[in-house]
Amino acid sequence: MASSYDYDDGSLESRHGRPPSAGQGGASTDLGYDPNFVPDSVKTFVVHLYRHIREKNVYEIHQMYEGSFQRLSDRMFRDNPWPSVEAIAPYVDNDHVFCLLYREMWFRHVYARLSPTGRQRVESWDNYCSLFGVVLHGVVNMQLPNQWLWDMVDEFVYQFQSYCQYRAKLKNKTEEELQLLQQYDQAWNVYGVLNYLQALVEKSAITEILEREKEGLEQFTATDGYDYEGGTSNVLKMLGYYSMIGLLRVHCLLGDYHTGLKCLAAIDISQQGVYNVVIGSHISTIYHYGFANLMLRRYVEAIREFNKILLYILKYKQYHQKSPQYDQILKKNEQMYALLAICLCLCPQINLVEENVNSQLRDKYNEKMTKMLRYDDEAYAVYDELFTYACPKFITPSAPVLEEPLTNYNQDAYRLQLKLFLYEVKQQQLLSGVRSFLKLYSTISIGKLAAYMEVDEPTLRTILMTYKHKMHAVDSDGKVIPNADLDFYISEDIVHVVESKPIKHYGDYFLRQVLKFEEMISELERIKLD
Amino acid sequence: MGREQQQVSYTVKQLVSVNPYNPDILSDLENYVNEQVSSQTYSLDANLCLLRLYQFEPGRMSTPIMVQILIKALMAMPASDFSLCLFLIPEQVQMQEQFKTLIVLSHYLETARFRQFWDEAAKRRSILEVVPGFEQAIQAYAIHVLSLTYQKVPRTVLAEAINIEGLSLDKFIEHHVAISGWVLEKSHGHSQLIVLPRNEFNYPELKKHTTDGVPFEDVTRIFPILS
Repeated sequence: MASSYDYDDGSLESRHGRPPSAGQGGASTDLGYDPNFVPDSVKTFVVHLYRHIREKNVYEIHQMYEGSFQRLSDRMFRDNPWPSVEAIAPYVDNDHVFCLLYREMWFRHVYARLSPTGRQRVESWDNYCSLFGVVLHGVVNMQLPNQWLWDMVDEFVYQFQSYCQYRAKLKNKTEEELQLLQQYDQAWNVYGVLNYLQALVEKSAITEILEREKEGLEQFTATDGYDYEGGTSNVLKMLGYYSMIGLLRVHCLLGDYHTGLKCLAAIDISQQGVYNVVIGSHISTIYHYGFANLMLRRYVEAIREFNKILLYILKYKQYHQKSPQYDQILKKNEQMYALLAICLCLCPQINLVEENVNSQLRDKYNEKMTKMLRYDDEAYAVYDELFTYACPKFITPSAPVLEEPLTNYNQDAYRLQLKLFLYEVKQQQLLSGVRSFLKLYSTISIGKLAAYMEVDEPTLRTILMTYKHKMHAVDSDGKVIPNADLDFYISEDIVHVVESKPIKHYGDYFLRQVLKFEEMISELERIKLD
Repeated sequence: MGREQQQVSYTVKQLVSVNPYNPDILSDLENYVNEQVSSQTYSLDANLCLLRLYQFEPGRMSTPIMVQILIKALMAMPASDFSLCLFLIPEQVQMQEQFKTLIVLSHYLETARFRQFWDEAAKRRSILEVVPGFEQAIQAYAIHVLSLTYQKVPRTVLAEAINIEGLSLDKFIEHHVAISGWVLEKSHGHSQLIVLPRNEFNYPELKKHTTDGVPFEDVTRIFPILS
């Protein structure tokens, strides 16, 4: 396949763009790293963080989590892990939950800046099991920043995906690594991952909370999930909420788009909600939602959502330049432009795309989009390239078969999804030809159109019916929704073309102006009274 | 007997929504596929759940069950259930003869090549006849596509799409004239024309321009001002 993008999961390159400085053998064997040495700044860090957590000072926790942790990592732990949890435990009263939280951050740092060993991957899994176990037992009484809680779920799914890729590459594994895979076959098993996410969703009763909120019986979105008055813990609730997005993500990795969207059903993405408070969760939600809709052939829905989020990122990305998620935001931004380009070539509805987003899209993909619309061999290469660049890192969830011959099968899942996607593209091959002809006529006989398109009449009839079928997707309720900007109907032998006019939103415009003027009038009246 | 079946499907639906990530329910789901076939019912969620479990435990994959699921998915057209199922079936499995046949049949249906579809289906009757109601489901899909496309469809086109000719076709058309609002006409060339009922797809002027209207919630924004 003509793909220049290296699909292989270099867990570093795909996340923070930094090459591994330590070898594959793991950072802890590096010279000069003593896991038991705790620099003063780290001592201060953990002591203060522990205190803020106990005092439920969410603002301070957030500052330390986003700010201090990153600064210390940049300054002192570029090439080494943080001190081991055993070393810092004495400074925090050996608090069990704090240690689990610290370890979670510890492993996340290793994944982000170094290269985790097989053993570290397994230990991280154990840590998540303990951490989620504690949360699910309802014993946690903290309020943590949403950013942290989102990062936990996001990282959990990411490490699962990374592990599936890791254990599917058997060819160059050492004897020791293979032993480890065999011994710890329960680590990151797909049932465990899915069931933890499901358990968090259920135990937190988040779907009931969202339902009650719709009826005005509960405050959730208004307080971003925090409990300012009562001070009850937000941890289980928010982990449950974010786990819905986690489930969508895992199902996309498995290729089950329908169920993935069902997992997200409780969140209404046409409204503002807690999912867009943390920009990482907002982007991840929409990216996976859009991708799932693309694979379900609901192109209009995908285009609408990609358009909204790309506009949002365009407006607000400058505010996140200092944030550690900035690289990820930019990466997902580029991927979504690629997906938008694909959607628009399969379903030309450029009127759904906002002006600024459209100009960005043209800058990046004008040439490629022209190629894709031609539907020749070159076009398939471009579809292949963009899909490969923008798709999730699909996984093979089953346990590896550790017998000879050992192969690398980490790309199998991706190849299947790509193949089926290109198959769909191929089926739509003849439609752009029809579209360009239909644009020129208001009525044309079947005979004449067949002659122009150089096919016989029965073939033309099938092409026209294919157009109708492909341009009318079926949504989750079984309703048929039209996708096309250009429509037609056939009466016996004549094709009548109907072009949909661009929709002018008079009603919305008037409403907005009424409200604006009302605002101005009240301003003026206030001045008069003064 | 009917109530027993209802109880089984109720339990399976519960399993799928409450405890789907559990290898123990695999055989229940397989039984449910057989039940869907025999009682001519269908559940996409349950079948996707089973295909996922096969992904997790490739050793327990059952080709006959998967074939049945795919045939049921074909019958759900125009919904894209068939591709949704394919996304979950490993490539090597899809290379097997029966799967390749079904993929070809799906391709013909997706590209409205009805004549080729019925020809191929006739050759592969042995695979397809395990699932009752197959023919009728595909005929319903064919009529759906025709209704999207045509205001007036020539008899020959209809005949090819639903694979019925002669007297049986007359009876079929009579039935739909009575029930679905079809009307018969004579075309210029004295051949039969079937006038299909009006819908927003073959009569675009009927398309409700919902976007011309304003959603009620938006109007409520100016209520404080109006009062």
